[in-house]
Amino acid sequence: MAITLTDSAAKHVQNFLSKRGKGVGLRLGVRTSGCSGMAYKLEFADETGVDDLHFVSGGVTVLVDPKSLPYLDGMELDYTREGLNEGFKFNNPNVKDECGCGESFKV
Amino acid sequence: MALLQISEPGLSAAPHQHRLAVGIDLGTTNSLVATVRNGISVVLNDAEGRALLPSVVRYLADGNVQVGESAQAMQSEDPINTIISAKRFMGRGLSDIRDTLGVPYRFVDAPGMLQLRTVAGVKSPVEVSAEILKVLRARAEEALAGELVGAVITVPAYFDDAQRQATKDAARLAGLNVLRLLNEPTAAAIAYGLDNASEGVYAVYDLGGGTFDISILKLSRGVFEVLATNGNSALGGDDFDQRIYCWLLEKNNLSALNAQDTRLLLTRARASKEDLTKHAETSLTALLSGGETINSMLTRQDFHVMSQNLVANTLQPVRRALRDAGLKVEDIKGVVMVGGSTRMPQVQRAVAEFFRQTPLTNLDPDKVVALGAAIQANVLAGNRSADDWLLLDVIPLSLGIETMGGLTEKIIPRNSTIPTARAQEFTTYKDGQTAMSIHVVQGERELVSDCRSLAKFDLRGIPPMVAGAARIRITFQVDADGLLNVSALETGSGVEAHITVKPSYGLSDTEITRMLQDSNQHAQDDMLARALREQQVDAEQLIEAVENALVQDGAELLNQAGQTRIRASMDGLRAALQTADHQAIKRAIAALNDTTVTFAQARMDKSVSHALGGRKITDLEGV
Repeated sequence: MAITLTDSAAKHVQNFLSKRGKGVGLRLGVRTSGCSGMAYKLEFADETGVDDLHFVSGGVTVLVDPKSLPYLDGMELDYTREGLNEGFKFNNPNVKDECGCGESFKV
Repeated sequence: MALLQISEPGLSAAPHQHRLAVGIDLGTTNSLVATVRNGISVVLNDAEGRALLPSVVRYLADGNVQVGESAQAMQSEDPINTIISAKRFMGRGLSDIRDTLGVPYRFVDAPGMLQLRTVAGVKSPVEVSAEILKVLRARAEEALAGELVGAVITVPAYFDDAQRQATKDAARLAGLNVLRLLNEPTAAAIAYGLDNASEGVYAVYDLGGGTFDISILKLSRGVFEVLATNGNSALGGDDFDQRIYCWLLEKNNLSALNAQDTRLLLTRARASKEDLTKHAETSLTALLSGGETINSMLTRQDFHVMSQNLVANTLQPVRRALRDAGLKVEDIKGVVMVGGSTRMPQVQRAVAEFFRQTPLTNLDPDKVVALGAAIQANVLAGNRSADDWLLLDVIPLSLGIETMGGLTEKIIPRNSTIPTARAQEFTTYKDGQTAMSIHVVQGERELVSDCRSLAKFDLRGIPPMVAGAARIRITFQVDADGLLNVSALETGSGVEAHITVKPSYGLSDTEITRMLQDSNQHAQDDMLARALREQQVDAEQLIEAVENALVQDGAELLNQAGQTRIRASMDGLRAALQTADHQAIKRAIAALNDTTVTFAQARMDKSVSHALGGRKITDLEGV
């Protein structure tokens, strides 16, 4: 079971965390909403929950709650640029179907 | 798939519901847009990687509009249709713009705000600014891949209601929802995180391309008050380029150049100025249209010498601002540098020496205002947790109404945090009065004539009653952008009238700045004027009284020499009256009183003896 960050993603997360000046790492998760059923959660983490699973990738601590993990297991988080836009991209092997914009998905 | 940004804990947006908000620095020379991404405020670049959008709009005959670099490139070729510095005209009437000689535009005087006649028709400065905002909005929506929920737009601290309203109108025209207008120096202070400190007084030194502004801000309990602003609307980085240009002409024995060569050398001068921030010397080369080559070396030292009085000229307004705020250099906790021209080492050194501390320069001075605006926009859009308090802003000048005798009654004092609402009760002045005219004014002075008139409206239908019986409640409401709503309610009958202040656009920047800065000094002036009027009234009364006395009793009670002496003294007072010096008048009054003391005694004796039937007043002593 693992969640990984690409070099680019890890570098950006570290940069954002250091500029933000606080936070223990990155929290990933899913919740049920959106046009295709599930939506990603991507947040700074200020504290660790008791049930949280920890992954360290590229020097970044990633926290995932146990309920979300099955949806995210094996996923790679990337940071990419598309035209003027830039941001994080989820390469998630569990996804069977996603809405046009990719913000929500089905497994 | 969509690209996601990291949210604050617990604030992940639902799909398709990202609260995208931007901060916009709508500048005189350049404009920028910034946003908070992954918790960090960043400026959004255009497709060519440029952050700064020149605030230049060119109107074409076919109805197309060019904005930014492409418009700027056509500035000398098509000056009439290429509008630069539209910000200077926002909310201004033609009479406010004193110096129209230097600009090539065909102004049209319109009620409220001046307009510009272009090949594409008559355009108001609001429309010109909206073109700039549209480009920034499109850039932001492309970069953020979504629609904006709103924007925070910055304005100079000294902008009045008319200028703020015009800025808001421009945003609306560009399809932007204005979350808040924010003072530029306040935005710069936020970018540096100064709002996280508990309190303190900060100076914001803003030297842009063509303008210089100094603001003294006081932070207390999360509120930035603007204590004083000052500046010079005709001093900026361009003047430094000009100095190098003149030096080039002199060194190369060049006289009048054509427009193209002038432009070329100014561009070279600017490049060498920028080069000298990093290097001790720089070379300037240019090939003029006549075939001459220019090749000169400029050292940083020489540049500093030739520009030192420009630097000194910025410190003059700084001193005035400190004096207006009633503060000393030691009271300033931090100095924020804004504007590209503050990159010049001699400017940084002069500011450091003046304030006896190292100014804050680690953020890009061109971007700092936009970065601060973006942070504020992010908070207002709801992307920060609720325990982050909301930074408040203040109204720049007191708001009030006119009362009997042309006096101002302040209802909301300046530096009140906004949004705010205050009410005060007024009453009728005459028996049976059924209407009341409400005149809304803005300013610090006691007399309405010295303040700015914002609006007038009537409350009608007050039931007739004796003077002073009606109770009229006047409510002033200022929204978060500093815009004003006034309502009047007669509480007995419930008749009501209200107005949203559509400002009359009538005051120049310099006047606004003066009103803000000099309220103390004017208080002094007002006092002196009153003292003078009082002495003048006293003097006129005395002259009249003495004149009458001389006519009645002069010949009888005074010899020729005595009369001459009194007449000479009266002439002295008349002469003093011609001066506007209340002290001189006071002295002349005293002198005339002294000269007439025996005459007055004699007259009193005479009238008393007349009344008492011939006895001398001294005879009555001891009675």
